[in-house]
Amino acid sequence: MSRLMTGLGLLVALLFIGSLVVGYAPVGPIDSLRALIAGDGGPVTMVMREIRLPRALLALFIGAGLGLAGAAMQGYLRNPLAEPGLIGVSASAALGAVIAINTGLVAMGTLGLPVAALAGAVIGVGLIMALAAPNGDTLTLILAGIAISAMASALTSLVLNLSPNPFAANEIVFWMMGSLADRSMVHLWLFLPFGLVGAGLLLGLGRGLDALTLGEDAARTMGIRLGRMRLLLVLGTASLVGAATAVAGAIGFIGLVVPHILRPWVGSQPSRLLTASALGGAAMLLAADIAVRLILPDRDLKLGVVTALVGAPLFLHLIYKTRRDNG
Amino acid sequence: MTLLRLQNLSLTLRNRPVLRDVSLTLGAGEVVGLLGPNGAGKTSLMRAALGLVPAQGSSSLAGLSPRDRARAVAWMPQHREIAWPVPVERLVALGRTPHLAAGRALSPDDQARVDEAISRMGLDGFRTRAASRLSGGEQARALLARALAQDTPLLMADEPAAGLDPSYQIATMRVFRDLAAEGRTVFVSLHDLGLAARHCTRIVLMARGGILADGPPSDVLTPALMAEAFGISVFHEQTADGPVFQPLDVL
Repeated sequence: MSRLMTGLGLLVALLFIGSLVVGYAPVGPIDSLRALIAGDGGPVTMVMREIRLPRALLALFIGAGLGLAGAAMQGYLRNPLAEPGLIGVSASAALGAVIAINTGLVAMGTLGLPVAALAGAVIGVGLIMALAAPNGDTLTLILAGIAISAMASALTSLVLNLSPNPFAANEIVFWMMGSLADRSMVHLWLFLPFGLVGAGLLLGLGRGLDALTLGEDAARTMGIRLGRMRLLLVLGTASLVGAATAVAGAIGFIGLVVPHILRPWVGSQPSRLLTASALGGAAMLLAADIAVRLILPDRDLKLGVVTALVGAPLFLHLIYKTRRDNG
Repeated sequence: MTLLRLQNLSLTLRNRPVLRDVSLTLGAGEVVGLLGPNGAGKTSLMRAALGLVPAQGSSSLAGLSPRDRARAVAWMPQHREIAWPVPVERLVALGRTPHLAAGRALSPDDQARVDEAISRMGLDGFRTRAASRLSGGEQARALLARALAQDTPLLMADEPAAGLDPSYQIATMRVFRDLAAEGRTVFVSLHDLGLAARHCTRIVLMARGGILADGPPSDVLTPALMAEAFGISVFHEQTADGPVFQPLDVL
């Protein structure tokens, strides 16, 4: 357990430093780190503090948030195929962003798009709360999530369909693939409050998630308040995933794949998977964000493309392993 | 001491009456077998008593806070769900959940209860095995050990003996009798009439959502009541070794 955490922590630290020293500006790693810390006010310090540091920090926090939300969602639904987007928050955040791009709200400043996306996420969460049965039942939660996701995706397609401006349509498609390029500290300050509150809510669910291993009736009779737990799960996931989508677009697969890979390493215990998946998610997003800068530095490769390209084969491996285990 | 009091409990699911005006009181130190044909309302009675389904009437457990209830009664549902391949000792330790302070790990006392529950169910050789990959009977023992680790005055179990081999069926009923000797009470639904006859101190016989008979095994396990509840004929004899009770044929 502690060895796993130490290993993941070291990996995240290495990738974080790696993310800081990889970029378009031709500066050596030692020089760039020195410029970041010492800060001589020169152009290298500017690049480090205004461009690379927020990018690395966003990859760290958003990746951790997606990994954590995925682990919590899989634990609550007792389904290894659950992912944080299941409750419809990412789809409704994307709808908010798409409307912002299409209506020109984006032109109103850096915060125009993320705030519109957050508003979309809030509306999505409100609908989930209104639709899902209040007793903590999982089936109505999943059904409500599917309904909201489908509706938000349909409306997103409608906006794309009716978009009079081909450039806006292009921007929408690219935005939906997810990216951390050209983000600033403003984006970080927008994400952090939601991220921290969401992480706090989800990290407190460990004991309830463990009890749910034995099913809803058993968990209830072990003293777990399932209705309250589901409220915290939805609010925590929504603030993490909503804010992440608002700042970085839709980045799939991290919340699905990371808990899946790490589960055997924590003895399949849902509570221990929470922190492990947060570290694993941070590592995966940092690595993906380094990869987009190294593989095609001049083509602005999108993050969602890379996480999906890496995530899909990992799933093929899991299928292979499951088939072998089942004889 | 009263561990469970049900007063005029009635339950209707999808316009079908499932429980009709059931009243029942369980004291300390009993092994109470809940018998009855399929669909008689045994599971519904237990779930309504626990407050897991909202029912009319009153149950002394349903009004408690979730944590207080979890310290008053442990419940082993009929549906044996183990979602993840957690090691058996972790699974059994979940029974300590209602006794742990927020953010605290198991105390030495908690660990002692877990070890005792594991030994009682004969699971010492299975501690590190993945619970979801055990055989059905082994899973049932692990889940019962989890309920034992909860260390409550009342244990309610829905068909805990189903799927166990004869030796573990008997061992499980012996554990229940030991618990009763410690002053606890076990309320357990069963389908094996012979097991019930030999090991229960009291039998509650249900039919069509109501209680048909309630009393010591010798009063309830009679040919007449068995014919009325199950529509079967039975063989029964009091031997030096205890009662022998065997269903014979459908009437």
